[in-house]
Amino acid sequence: MAANNYRHALFCAIVTLIISFPILGLNLEAQGVNITLTGAKTSTYIAIFMAAVAVFVFQAFRDSFMGMLGKLPTLNPLAHKEPMEQSKRVKLESWIMTGLLVLALFWPFFVSRGSVDLATLVLIYIMLALGLNVVVGLAGLLDLGYVAFYAVGAYTFALLSQYTGISFWMALPIGALLAGLFGLLLGFPVLRLRGDYLAIVTLGFGEIIRILLNNWTSLTGGPNGIGGIPDPTFFGMEFGRRVKEEGNTSFHETFGIAYSGEHKVIFLYLIALVLAVITALIIRRFMRMPVGRAWEALREDEIAARSLGLSRTAVKLSAFTIGAFFAGFAGTVFASKQGFISPESFVFLESAIILAIVVLGGMGSQLGVILAAIAVTILPELAREFSEYRMLIFGAAMVLMMVWRPQGMLPMKRIHIKLHKQE
Amino acid sequence: MLEVQNLSMRFGGLLAVDQVSLDVKEREIVSIIGPNGAGKTTVFNCMSGFYKPTGGKILFEGKEMQGKPDYKISRLGMVRTFQHVRLFTQMSVVENLLVAQHRHLNTNMLAGLLGTPNYKAREQKSLDRAAYWLERVGLLDLANRDAGNLAYGQQRRLEIARCMVTEPKLLMLDEPAAGLNPAETKELNQLIISLKEDYNVSVVLIEHDMSLVMDISDRINVINQGKPLASGTPEEIRHNDDVIKAYLGEA
Repeated sequence: MAANNYRHALFCAIVTLIISFPILGLNLEAQGVNITLTGAKTSTYIAIFMAAVAVFVFQAFRDSFMGMLGKLPTLNPLAHKEPMEQSKRVKLESWIMTGLLVLALFWPFFVSRGSVDLATLVLIYIMLALGLNVVVGLAGLLDLGYVAFYAVGAYTFALLSQYTGISFWMALPIGALLAGLFGLLLGFPVLRLRGDYLAIVTLGFGEIIRILLNNWTSLTGGPNGIGGIPDPTFFGMEFGRRVKEEGNTSFHETFGIAYSGEHKVIFLYLIALVLAVITALIIRRFMRMPVGRAWEALREDEIAARSLGLSRTAVKLSAFTIGAFFAGFAGTVFASKQGFISPESFVFLESAIILAIVVLGGMGSQLGVILAAIAVTILPELAREFSEYRMLIFGAAMVLMMVWRPQGMLPMKRIHIKLHKQE
Repeated sequence: MLEVQNLSMRFGGLLAVDQVSLDVKEREIVSIIGPNGAGKTTVFNCMSGFYKPTGGKILFEGKEMQGKPDYKISRLGMVRTFQHVRLFTQMSVVENLLVAQHRHLNTNMLAGLLGTPNYKAREQKSLDRAAYWLERVGLLDLANRDAGNLAYGQQRRLEIARCMVTEPKLLMLDEPAAGLNPAETKELNQLIISLKEDYNVSVVLIEHDMSLVMDISDRINVINQGKPLASGTPEEIRHNDDVIKAYLGEA
């Protein structure tokens, strides 16, 4: 046992050395036209050696370290508490939600433009995560290509505005419906797949959409993207300094206030807020409806669900379609916020981040997902000073989170209908 | 009402079910017995649509069932339970029954989102039906518990209730008494008879508990190594030499 541990630790230390030495210890330097290999400073060698020692020590005493980690949750006062009664939990959750909403309504008027912009991004991620939560958390279908639907929503608006001059408010339902249609189309081939296989196929689908957007240069502009996507209007009033379109009036002139670039940012934020709230409410409602129960039933035991007359096709497709629909929503808002989109914005990392939000928040839990979306979007911004290390910090935070609370921040169950006794 | 004609099921080189025939009339309890591995559950899986039989016919109320998708068969009124209880363990007891009534509910999404009167009425109706069946199997007090937290005997009863809320015409029970104590088996015995007498449901039963089988069956089919061995009333089966040989070995 112990000898085995040491052998394993030694192996890990050597691997560390093999990996880090050529990367850190050898430098390529340009001398004129030639490139020569030079060694690094002594301090670097010492650091590499120290790192190997650290790996060795950690691996050798790994069991006791992990044991200590396991005991840490006692620091969390909630760890050993009985789960809250469903009615209480629901009440508390709606209070927190209402509180968050009131806060979210007022705070953009007191903070800087940059933070409002960031908050809009948070809201977009909330919409995406809530939508993916339907597919992954409720229906239990691991979707790694979710960003494709986001891209469909965004590109629908961008292309339609470029070719037909459509407004934001028209594009919103079209983008969402088209994304939903794509969800339906993806649903068909993957009906029989589950688990890993499903994940791979959805991953492929996400890449197909991105690569298509990248290479269909004549339509999408390829990597150059599409610019000049219009901002949303407020009952026909534009937010620019000068009106772009004939017949429109501008917001600041109508209300007789001085022009400020902040109006537009705040307005977009409020739109995103309203849409995020609508998303949350609709999905909340779905969860209590027969379709919500069918999702959960199919996730828990597909064979039993089918034996009771649930059609696997209908249930799975509805989950994919509804999830994709809200991604389309978010995509339209994103296109409008950025004013410019390119395939760069819809890489696999986005899918992974949205999935991370859902997993961190606790699958199936709306409040958890919202809090996780806030954390995951804002933390990298706060850690901007650490620049290249922030993805490292992000990754470390994820690992720690999974060790401590694998079930997510607020693992919550779907609200179950109760049977009240009829006397 | 159910007629299985020369059903065969082949898995590669293995002929798991060979020319099995079976018929069930209205309000009848028919048992399928046989040693372990005889192919009883395979017959069930063919009947409920999980397998597509490689030969033979399954006629339910005169319509051919073989090869139909499982959920359609269950919607037509042939519903089954499983050898190992398959409940939705993280859902509450009453929700297990609501899932089963999916097709009775108004599943129009818009109606559900808006909460139309029709939607609410149907939901209430299915809650009432769930309450009725929970009362019937003695689980009403546990309605809001998680199904996974029930005792084994209760889970068995819940599974039967979950089938009954779909309002089936034919119920297929796969070893419903497995893992039950004698008292629970007796309750189950009465429940199955009542399903037949009071709710006009036909029952096909796979069971190893001979006292249960002999007590409640109208007719018994014996299968051995995938082949039909004998069929008849409990009295006939009890005295059939072939059956005794198959079960006890040759003397």
